[in-house]
Amino acid sequence: MSIAPSDHDTRRPADAREEDYLWTLNFGPQHPATHTTLRLVLKLEGERVVDAMPEMGYLHSGFEKIGEHLSYNQYVTVTDRMNYISPMANNVAWHHAVERLMGIELTPRCKVIRTIVAELARISDHLLCNGAVGLDTGAFTFFLYAFYQREVIYDIFETLCGARFTNSYTRVGGVSQDFTPLVVEKIRTFLRTFPKTLDDMERLLTRNRIFVDRTKGVGVLSREEAIAHGATGPVARASGVTRDLRKDEPYLAYADYDFQVCCASAGDCYARYLVRMQEMRESLRILNAAIENLPAGEVNVGIDERVARPSKWQVYSTIEGTISHFELSMANRGFEAPHEESYAAIEAPNGELGFYVVGDGTENAYRARCRPPSVLHFALFPRLIRGHTLSDVVAVLGSLNIIAAELDR
Amino acid sequence: MTDPLPQPALPESIAARFAGLDVSAFRGQTRVVVPAAEAHGLLAALRAEGFDLLVDVTCVDYLEYRGATRRYGLVYLLASTGGGQRLTVRVFLDDPQPAIPTVVDVWPGAEWLEREVWDMFGIRFEGHPDLRRLLMPEAFTAHPLRKDYPLQGRGERHNFPVLTRDEG
Amino acid sequence: MALELPENVVVSRLDELANWCRKNSLWPMPFATACCGIELMATGASKHDLARFGAEVFRFSPRQCDLMIVAGRVVMKMLPVLQRIWLQMHEPKWCISMGACASTGGVFDTYAVVQGIDRFIPVDMYVPGCPPRPEQLIQAIIDLQDKIQAEGTITGREFGTRQRQARKRALVEALGPTGVDAARNPVVQRDLRLALQDSPSRPSAASPPR
Repeated sequence: MSIAPSDHDTRRPADAREEDYLWTLNFGPQHPATHTTLRLVLKLEGERVVDAMPEMGYLHSGFEKIGEHLSYNQYVTVTDRMNYISPMANNVAWHHAVERLMGIELTPRCKVIRTIVAELARISDHLLCNGAVGLDTGAFTFFLYAFYQREVIYDIFETLCGARFTNSYTRVGGVSQDFTPLVVEKIRTFLRTFPKTLDDMERLLTRNRIFVDRTKGVGVLSREEAIAHGATGPVARASGVTRDLRKDEPYLAYADYDFQVCCASAGDCYARYLVRMQEMRESLRILNAAIENLPAGEVNVGIDERVARPSKWQVYSTIEGTISHFELSMANRGFEAPHEESYAAIEAPNGELGFYVVGDGTENAYRARCRPPSVLHFALFPRLIRGHTLSDVVAVLGSLNIIAAELDR
Repeated sequence: MTDPLPQPALPESIAARFAGLDVSAFRGQTRVVVPAAEAHGLLAALRAEGFDLLVDVTCVDYLEYRGATRRYGLVYLLASTGGGQRLTVRVFLDDPQPAIPTVVDVWPGAEWLEREVWDMFGIRFEGHPDLRRLLMPEAFTAHPLRKDYPLQGRGERHNFPVLTRDEG
Repeated sequence: MALELPENVVVSRLDELANWCRKNSLWPMPFATACCGIELMATGASKHDLARFGAEVFRFSPRQCDLMIVAGRVVMKMLPVLQRIWLQMHEPKWCISMGACASTGGVFDTYAVVQGIDRFIPVDMYVPGCPPRPEQLIQAIIDLQDKIQAEGTITGREFGTRQRQARKRALVEALGPTGVDAARNPVVQRDLRLALQDSPSRPSAASPPR
């Protein structure tokens, strides 16, 4: 039985105010579609979102305070737990900032190795982000495809350093483990097999009518808004901001590779999805070039720099190696950072991830400020959702890829 | 990382308008120290000059820092989306009641960054539209990233009721 | 008089049957806050497939669940949420504390992080690791199934009483100078009242040990 329009009287009394027809919905902090712990208070008129008040801090664990109590090498374990979707990128970002502060030049092999792990992290981040957008808009198979490939990347990282995703891989002036032939082989296998899955995933979702309808034109962010609100990474690039630190300020070995900065102009959820899909293909290009041109030689900086641990051969066979190993291992010795401060950032999968590090002459940072991209993206959320329906909330949240541990630190 | 990125010094129009600024460089990064009263004017001028992206607003508490004379050092990290340039603006403040005009009117994205600085350091941003705590609960009274606040806190983390099986 | 039973009839105690049913259809409530949540997702996803152990029905509504998996660190702002969700779950219910952070605070010995959720809610199973591998979580669920079969929770009383829990918590600091105004905070006051009632030093008429 259907209700005729006349039965369902929608006329409002003359003295009604607009607020009388609004209702408030609490969304989170424990909600399946937030994926992490964040909270929204939505003001709704029927199903239409009038306003959203985001709230965060539900996972604030004092990362920056811990950074003042751990040494430059120890703190890398904490950065793992920051953006746990792509911990390798955080490791690289932290030590990139520390090495900028100390003025250390990495070896060519280390630069390429860090580039490779950072790009693998980018692929695994985009897989999860797009997979989660798919999941929230009803494409569960797509999510399973994405997660299976993430397992392959986990396996590579596990072979490399023993941990699935809390890697703690980098060290000041180098990395904890050099690439072994098995790791190289596994990465090559991944590079061979992944494009096929990526094609399958594109076929599943990119032209899927339901998905396109749910994401196209939803959560539009204009170029001016993106810049004024400090958006970076895929969120900004999907709005037409052609800013990619890998091109603009080439760090590590990015200047040596041929790749394109993926941009879109629409600025909606669908554009963000497309940018991420395309960035995975560009990452594959970088990875293919990098793994086939992996330079030989030492992976850590030399003994003279007095920051990276010497190899076992050097410790046992040379007096410099022995002294350096002793100095670095003893409590209260270690290396010294300059009495200065600097900022360095990398293009993390989520946007510009930088650290403002203040050195005070000891081996602990005086202040380790993390510049998290998620905070600025989450602050954009009310602008993106106003006027859309309640069901679009999950699509917009997913496409912004907000990771609570990075949001709150 | 010893190869410094191409970093220009202050744009000439800025240097002419704001005379006597302390400009320094470290590892290729240009830094400007500006008095709190002139900070808003300088930042707005820099935005008009092409530094259109506010990368970060943060603060350092120099309470135990060797050689420091002022207590709080605010950090504004600016970048230009077109030219790939960067600039760091520093403002130093002191106890009691450290306060500075907000830059939300220049960059709307500064809203949450300034809220975080208020939450963590207790620096008041005058004219901020919504200066509430961002990360800590509203009932919290301390500012945790100040150097005189201990890492383990002052016991706030234990102030909760205990649920047992009987109550479930 | 001996009663002759047909061959296809099995005699059991009712609660054993109930426990057998419960243990094989656990519905987890994933309270996933941080990195462990990703491993929790991996446990449910393609490769590790929690469905093999009858616990794949993740439900985000606490009313439908009987197993809470706390995956990740719980911080000051989140703990009241956790407690509320725990109270919303119906008996019988169990709780797995997954990972070092949920169990002890892990590396995050900071002002904001709760140093182990078992200070504030009951926990049945702890999973070590930072984060635990999916296999470890599966093992914990298997162990929990054994525990449910052996103990059951008809009333929930067998799992630990207020006295057993009271010893765990650190209430000393609640009495000292705090950032939260203890004198006016009803939550703290209630906590203190309960602690004084049931402090372990007081002789209490506890029931004999099971």
